[in-house]
Amino acid sequence: MKTLLEMSGVSVSFDGFKAINNLSFQIGEPELRAIIGPNGAGKTTFMDIITGKTRPDSGTVIYGEKSISLLKMSESQIAMAGVGRKFQKPTVFEAQTVRENLAMALKNRRGPFDVLLYRKTSRGAKRIEELAETIGLTDALPRIAGELSHGQKQWLEIGMLLAQDPRLLLVDEPAAGMTPAEREHTTDLLKRAAKKHAVVVVEHDMEFIRRLDCRVTVLCEGSVLAEGSLDHVTSDPQVIEVYLGR
Amino acid sequence: MTRKTFLTENRSVFWFLLSLGVFALIITVLADGSGNGMISTSFVKTLGRTLCLMLVAIAMDVVWGYTGILSLGHMAFFGLGGYMIGMWLMYARTEIVLTASLNAAPIPPTPEEIHDAIGSQIFGLVGSSEFPAIWYFAPSLPAQLALVVLVPGVLALVFGWLAFRSRVTGVYLSILTQAMTLALSLYLFQNDSGLRGNNGLSGLQNIPGLGDVPQSHLSIAFFWASAVALGAGYVLFAWVVSGKMGSVIRGVRDNESRVRFLGYHVESYKLFIFTLTGIVSGIAGALYYPQAGIINPNEIAPIASIYLAVWVAIGGRGRLYGAAIGAAVVSLLSSWFTGGSAPDVNLGIYTIQWTDWWLVLLGLSFVAVTLLAPKGIGGLFDLIGNRHPVPATSSTAAGPDLGARRTVEGEEEK
Repeated sequence: MKTLLEMSGVSVSFDGFKAINNLSFQIGEPELRAIIGPNGAGKTTFMDIITGKTRPDSGTVIYGEKSISLLKMSESQIAMAGVGRKFQKPTVFEAQTVRENLAMALKNRRGPFDVLLYRKTSRGAKRIEELAETIGLTDALPRIAGELSHGQKQWLEIGMLLAQDPRLLLVDEPAAGMTPAEREHTTDLLKRAAKKHAVVVVEHDMEFIRRLDCRVTVLCEGSVLAEGSLDHVTSDPQVIEVYLGR
Repeated sequence: MTRKTFLTENRSVFWFLLSLGVFALIITVLADGSGNGMISTSFVKTLGRTLCLMLVAIAMDVVWGYTGILSLGHMAFFGLGGYMIGMWLMYARTEIVLTASLNAAPIPPTPEEIHDAIGSQIFGLVGSSEFPAIWYFAPSLPAQLALVVLVPGVLALVFGWLAFRSRVTGVYLSILTQAMTLALSLYLFQNDSGLRGNNGLSGLQNIPGLGDVPQSHLSIAFFWASAVALGAGYVLFAWVVSGKMGSVIRGVRDNESRVRFLGYHVESYKLFIFTLTGIVSGIAGALYYPQAGIINPNEIAPIASIYLAVWVAIGGRGRLYGAAIGAAVVSLLSSWFTGGSAPDVNLGIYTIQWTDWWLVLLGLSFVAVTLLAPKGIGGLFDLIGNRHPVPATSSTAAGPDLGARRTVEGEEEK
């Protein structure tokens, strides 16, 4: 397992409030990692920094074999480098069909002229069918995404993440609003993705984390409080104090 | 499954081209120059101009209705296109007139003398006789035709690059585009801007070298040129907004940052659309002003671009034919009301004169459409048949499993 992403000494503050405080974090490829922490621990900001949405005040974020710094890249360049993200609140393009949503996410060249002259291929169509099968939306492919239920949008967004074929998957609360059976399916998908790639899952649900059966990082007040197996971190007195004790 | 082609997926293209062709044929048959003369030459010109306005309206719809950039400066590109063709028209026509009169003199003039005479003829009005540097290409039709595309294109490219790169969006971008068109028109109002200040360029209806052709014939030729340009523009934009490009730009409109996180460089897409629509607007302007006969800086005042947005809003954003219909209906109604042909309404104590009250009516209809019928006139077409026949899903499950959450509540187990 080689390191895919390395964050070190990253700090960011909003109007004096330190959202991330000297955070260091590493993930290899392949690896599955869960991140837990109380509200306001900086989980979403952590993802914002990796995806280029938020620029840190200090620190470094190094990615890939060539050790490129993500801090100098735009959001779209970072996404093209292989970082995919699933948002906490499902954000799909509601005015477009499920098929169009997936087609947009499909791994392809992303320049305006590439897209303008893009021809639909049978390979692309097949990939979309496969993805739709995986996320259980085969029947819904011609539907407008806005008509889908919350749970279906959640699945569509997972499908869009998979369609990008990223090397680093950042998944924010994938199981929110899902039934136990769907959660199981989601864990399977994430575990399967983590066989080849790096997957970071932010989640509140301890049962879900336990099923992922992976290394856990506990964030608190913008820095790492503890790291290790779930049993290890849950027995850590500090973690119990800030997170589980309350 | 039948094979999907561009035309079968975009039915509106077929219907639009068909209606446009039928309309153009009817006008040709009825026109003064080519048919039985039921339609006057000046009305043919009005219709030809309307086609150009429809073209700039569909460009506006692509930039606003599809990409979500409310540009309030697209008439600047339209006006620039008009100025570029106007420079050649004015130069070449003045050259013909002056060469004829100077050749009658005992000593034939040298080319320099003719050039200087044209200069003092064109710029005498603004107290100058020197050709400004921007008129360098004016003697050449191909060069000025290239400038019709290049000048609006480069302005849109540079302005768009600066604005989008700084991630200016929403109302701030609209204000910026207003500032651009205002600055341009104020600059052109100056006598030393090189484009004859507030006099603008005139006599554009006289096509050099076609002095013997009557206006009735020229008008129908320009009408057809405008119709062809509109048809081509419609096909071009229908192609751009269909397929994956359309998907991405509508994504930009609805959720810009999500598109970014999918790896698309949003700024390049906005710049592409902004520049392409700017160029098409310039071409529309180059066809419009020879039919109007005169162009002056008033034409690119901020209000012109606001009208453009009003046309598109009334016609219906997000569908090309809606924008085209909106531009046609509103601009024709506008010329009817302001032309004095609309009958006054006598209310007893007050007489509504439409020349004064038309703008109030337009404003009220704009508010009414925005509030009550956001789909505009184009929305009426939704009443004819279902636009998106979508088969109902056979399963109600939200996820891939039988145990997934269902869209329909199941029976509680007892």
